[in-house]
Amino acid sequence: MTSNIGTVARAMTGFGNSAIGSAFGSWLGKIAGGFLVLLVLTAIFAPWITPFDYAAQNLMNSNAAPGWPHLLGTDQFGRDVLSRVIYGARTSLSVSATAIAISISVGMTLGAAAGYFGGFFERAVMTVVDLTWSFPDILIALIFVATIGPGLTSTTFAIAIAYLAQFTRLTRAQIVRLKRETFIEATINLGAKPRHILQYHLLPNAIAPVIVVGMLAIGDGIVLEATLGFFGLGAQPPTPSWGAMMSSGTAQLFLSPWVIIFPGVVVAVTVVAVNLFGDELIRALNIRDRIRGA
Amino acid sequence: MLEVRDLEVAFGPVAPLSGVSFSLAKGEKLGIVGESGSGKSLTAMSVMGLLPLSGGRITGGSIVFDGQELTTLAESAYRKLRGRRLGLITQNPMTSLDPLQKIGPQVDAVAVLHLSMNASEARTRTVEILGTLRIPEPALICDRYPHQMSGGMKQRIVIAMALAADPDVLVADEPTTALDVTVQAQIIRLLDDLVKERDLALVLITHDMSVVAQTCDKVVVMYAGRAIEYGPVEAIFDAPQHPYTQALINCIPKGLSTDEHLSGISGTVPTVSNYPKGCAFHPRCDRAKNICTSERPAFITYGNNAAACHFAGDDR
Repeated sequence: MTSNIGTVARAMTGFGNSAIGSAFGSWLGKIAGGFLVLLVLTAIFAPWITPFDYAAQNLMNSNAAPGWPHLLGTDQFGRDVLSRVIYGARTSLSVSATAIAISISVGMTLGAAAGYFGGFFERAVMTVVDLTWSFPDILIALIFVATIGPGLTSTTFAIAIAYLAQFTRLTRAQIVRLKRETFIEATINLGAKPRHILQYHLLPNAIAPVIVVGMLAIGDGIVLEATLGFFGLGAQPPTPSWGAMMSSGTAQLFLSPWVIIFPGVVVAVTVVAVNLFGDELIRALNIRDRIRGA
Repeated sequence: MLEVRDLEVAFGPVAPLSGVSFSLAKGEKLGIVGESGSGKSLTAMSVMGLLPLSGGRITGGSIVFDGQELTTLAESAYRKLRGRRLGLITQNPMTSLDPLQKIGPQVDAVAVLHLSMNASEARTRTVEILGTLRIPEPALICDRYPHQMSGGMKQRIVIAMALAADPDVLVADEPTTALDVTVQAQIIRLLDDLVKERDLALVLITHDMSVVAQTCDKVVVMYAGRAIEYGPVEAIFDAPQHPYTQALINCIPKGLSTDEHLSGISGTVPTVSNYPKGCAFHPRCDRAKNICTSERPAFITYGNNAAACHFAGDDR
């Protein structure tokens, strides 16, 4: 246990360089991490990279096969598939990352408070949080769609709620374990208030596994966003989204399969890369047991 | 300064501690000795008001600190005493420091919290305290992480944190257990000097009789959750009244001869759930009589000591 904390301490000494740096150390980490960096850069610089306007229709050139100048072909409205896939990365990544960020901040707050204060408060919070876990993700999304209408806001909240339980439980488990560590007792002995202990000692020591699980959850979030988009509950036209593109591609599945294949491949590769890199992070931080334990 | 009277502690239905009394003045050093599980650390936790953390509570007796009753003190008021007027040095320095924070900020936090200093005043004070604890290059140490330091150094840092707000009472709960023998002596000497320099009252919890003999003014000997002998250190060592105290003193190795066997006390400390009736020590006592199995001995004052044994003061 002590050595484990030491490892995390060393890895967290400037989290930005050494833990992530170490995850990049293996060839698997290099490939997966490299792809993700490339994807993020592509999403950020989309307007400068895309060869065509993602919304520009050209009915004279609909369902064109991959080739020049449309490298990945065009869809039934003659829109450039490559441009739409690139802009889709923006939608997918930003929706998923925003949702997980909300999920982490709310989940960590709830989990930390529940784990630290315990008692009735803990049971109340955990029961409610576990209840949200018992709903299928799609059903949660439908509730939001029914109340605030389809779109990216609904999708974001749906993803945030779907993963809330995971972060709450993980943080709570960390806090409950850390609370018994001698250095926390030592801090109490020095007269520190609960807020100080949580803010300066418990949360910093609990954050490593949360970051890793957050990373993996972004991958799941991308799939969920694509799923909702596929059902028409997520991004609304003309906003490009991987899920919505695949959905519109089903109509000409045999006529122009590239419309559905390329977004699908990108979703798959992204999620695999996220998971591989997350695994490398877990290895770098040496926290596998702490994530399983939650 | 600190007066504990008939302290009783319970965890649910079990009562692991009862009938502990002692008093301590400024500049005095009190040793609490006993085997593992005899209630030494529980006594320390009671004084620091930490029992609720582990689900225990004080069910009887009183702890008076500087005229203030502590057993009924609200947690918020207790928080102002902890670290400020009551310092605790924990058993294991290896795990007593936050692994993610540098040494400096951890020690600074105490002065910031209790003496309302700003960050730079607190740092000046930290460096000064680390210096008095004979830590080399205190200013550099502030930028180190705990894992970069040795056990003895970490224990000094823990002591520095306990001293940072200038407490009146220092409770050291087995401060040397986790350390090398050579470092142990240094730490004990350090504590001894601190008491002299700062006019502290020190409660030294240990299972090492020889440490007590060298450092303390008074001794409480504990067995199975009870104080069984209490008195000035000379009296305890010259004329121990309780057979358990005598046995403990006999266990101190004498000299360097190799042909002499180390003596021990046969049997083991009973667990909380099955403390024997009568005198808790009777199953291991070679002088036990019938009365010892049925009646709990009261504290009898004999000379300068007080001991809980039916035969205290008897000629042997």
